[in-house]
Amino acid sequence: MRLETEPNIPAPDDFYQALIDAHAGLDDRRSAALNARLVLLLANHVGDLEALREAIALARDGL
Amino acid sequence: MNTHSPARFPYTPPPELSGNGELRVPVAIVGAGPVGVACAIDLALQGVKAVVLDDNDTVSTGSRAICYAKRTLEVLDRLGCAETVVGRGVCWNVGKVFHRDRLAYQFDLLPEGGHKHPAFVNLQQYLLEEAMLARLQEVGGEVRWKNRVAGAAPDGGGVTLSVETPDGAYRVRADWVIACDGARSPMRDYLGLEWRGQIFRDRFLIADVHMVGDYPTERWFWFDPPFHPNQSVLLHRQADDVWRIDFQLGWDADPEEERKPERVIPRIRAMLGDDRPFELEWVSVYTFQCRRLDRFVHGRVMFAGDAAHQVSPFGARGANSGIQDADNLCWKLARVVRGEAGPALLETYDRERVAAADENILNSTRSTDFITPKSATSRLFRDAVLDLSVKHPFARRLVNSGRLSMPTTYRDSALDTPDADAFVSALVPGSPAADAPVRIAGRASWLLDCVGGSPAVLMFAAPERDAELEQLVALASGAKVVVVVPAGGGAPARDGIMVAEDVDGLAARRYGAAPGTIYLLRPDQHVAARWRRWDAQAFEHALARAIGRTEVSAHAA
Ligand SMILES: Cc1cc2nc3c(=O)[nH]c(=O)nc-3n(C[C@H](O)[C@H](O)[C@H](O)COP(=O)(O)OP(=O)(O)OC[C@H]3O[C@@H](n4cnc5c(N)ncnc54)[C@H](O)[C@@H]3O)c2cc1C
Repeated sequence: MRLETEPNIPAPDDFYQALIDAHAGLDDRRSAALNARLVLLLANHVGDLEALREAIALARDGL
Repeated sequence: MNTHSPARFPYTPPPELSGNGELRVPVAIVGAGPVGVACAIDLALQGVKAVVLDDNDTVSTGSRAICYAKRTLEVLDRLGCAETVVGRGVCWNVGKVFHRDRLAYQFDLLPEGGHKHPAFVNLQQYLLEEAMLARLQEVGGEVRWKNRVAGAAPDGGGVTLSVETPDGAYRVRADWVIACDGARSPMRDYLGLEWRGQIFRDRFLIADVHMVGDYPTERWFWFDPPFHPNQSVLLHRQADDVWRIDFQLGWDADPEEERKPERVIPRIRAMLGDDRPFELEWVSVYTFQCRRLDRFVHGRVMFAGDAAHQVSPFGARGANSGIQDADNLCWKLARVVRGEAGPALLETYDRERVAAADENILNSTRSTDFITPKSATSRLFRDAVLDLSVKHPFARRLVNSGRLSMPTTYRDSALDTPDADAFVSALVPGSPAADAPVRIAGRASWLLDCVGGSPAVLMFAAPERDAELEQLVALASGAKVVVVVPAGGGAPARDGIMVAEDVDGLAARRYGAAPGTIYLLRPDQHVAARWRRWDAQAFEHALARAIGRTEVSAHAA
């Protein structure tokens, strides 16, 4: 596994609130656009294709 | 008014009609499109007699392939017709990507210097074909126009083609047949071959427009522009002030209606956004597919070009990959015809070019998925990429409006010898050889001009021991030997070697070469093997393997 799945965010509540706050006032279409942009920005930050593939597989699991 | 009136080629009644009704020939080529003609030139240069049969008597009409990539230009150069193509063609470096009502970003291809040919040129397919046919005539090749192949009966020893002409039918008995009869390939039907793949549910309008004026030579691609909402549009320049415009129409468009000038002209007018004059030269509506034959070699019939594989037009891979098929096939076929190699060598054509077709299909499918997203989510990500591309260079790398056609590296080919020595270079065994400026006998030239057509050996820096060079020349039987020396350097003058001065040091750099490095190149200029120092035995093995002199096992890794 190259993807970090152990806790890695120092202030989890702060992150979660920031994520939800970012969507405030957006309709579903804009919210979806925000999520898509976020995925792309974060994917570029990760950079490692193997790790990204693992994340994609984990995210898809059970859907 | 049309800028081009296609040349008509004379039909002459075949002599066989008044003779015994049968032509015997080592190689028959079905189809005089760019791929068939490339094969015919290559075989003529190899001294193999071939006849081309074409059901028509002219070059292709209207707008088809427009963009030829560097590797294709190198192949055309080896065949002796790149000069006209590059000379007449249009070079462009700046591309602009628009999203909705704004410019998302622009790019400059900033081509790397030190290559004879540009990254690509744009030229109408009919002009390419005319240049190639002129060259074929020069090398003494024969095209029989208005000779339609109406049937093919292969057997163990050859193929009998039934050919129909305006004056009657005759037979061509060929030892080998290359089927270059295009996407609808009747040859596939005659052999009962399956033709499977993906059909894209979309339609495109393509228009060739003649407009004279001070318009920039750039490639413009629009996603979802206000003048053509929810669809894409591409504008590309060709020679003689002819512009190619592709409008995505969607699956529900009515092809008959959309072709009408009264529908096309307002679309173009809206796109141009002003009232500059233009004339419509050609309009057609097409759908496209990605598919290929399971195998390209069927006994004594080889398939090449669109007859073997079809891709979407994004990334200009149709004509480019077809000409590269010819490049891969013809030296092999010539060796087999001359009895220098067994038919196993042709198996490597199948392997190598099937892999290339898969690579092209993969690339053009990815472009298609970006341009025509198939789900709401796919569309969402596509738009997010385009939005981010305005400010963020990383997102520009994800924008896919067609990837430049790059040549295939024949990885793990039975003809390659895997590296035993360490190399730091973009080249690997199977790569097309890199070009570099060199000086030959005091005259400026190019490394790729020194190789090709037959195997070639590049030896970097003259060996310290003259005996090595002597041994190399002796073992290289039939291979060109090029000694690459640093600028100002020399090498012993000797029969059978060429000395190339690496004027800018680019050859050494691109090949990751140090003094003593040796590269073995195939007749199609792909790398077969390389070493850090001379090893006569390893060289002999690799050469035999590269040209199928020993029976090459198609399964050997
Ligand atoms: C509308 C359109 C747009 C395109 N746009 C692009 C593009 O932008 N970029 C790109 O790279 N490619 C493009 N292509 C594809 C490109 O034109 C082809 O990949 C290329 O022409 C393939 O060359 P070919 O020699 O294999 O086949 P073709 O050029 O199709 O030649 C086949 C030849 O075989 C002959 N023939 C057929 N049947 C018989 C028979 N029974 N007997 C004798 N002769 C026969 C035909 O007359 C023809 O001359 C486009 C194609 C089309 C149709």
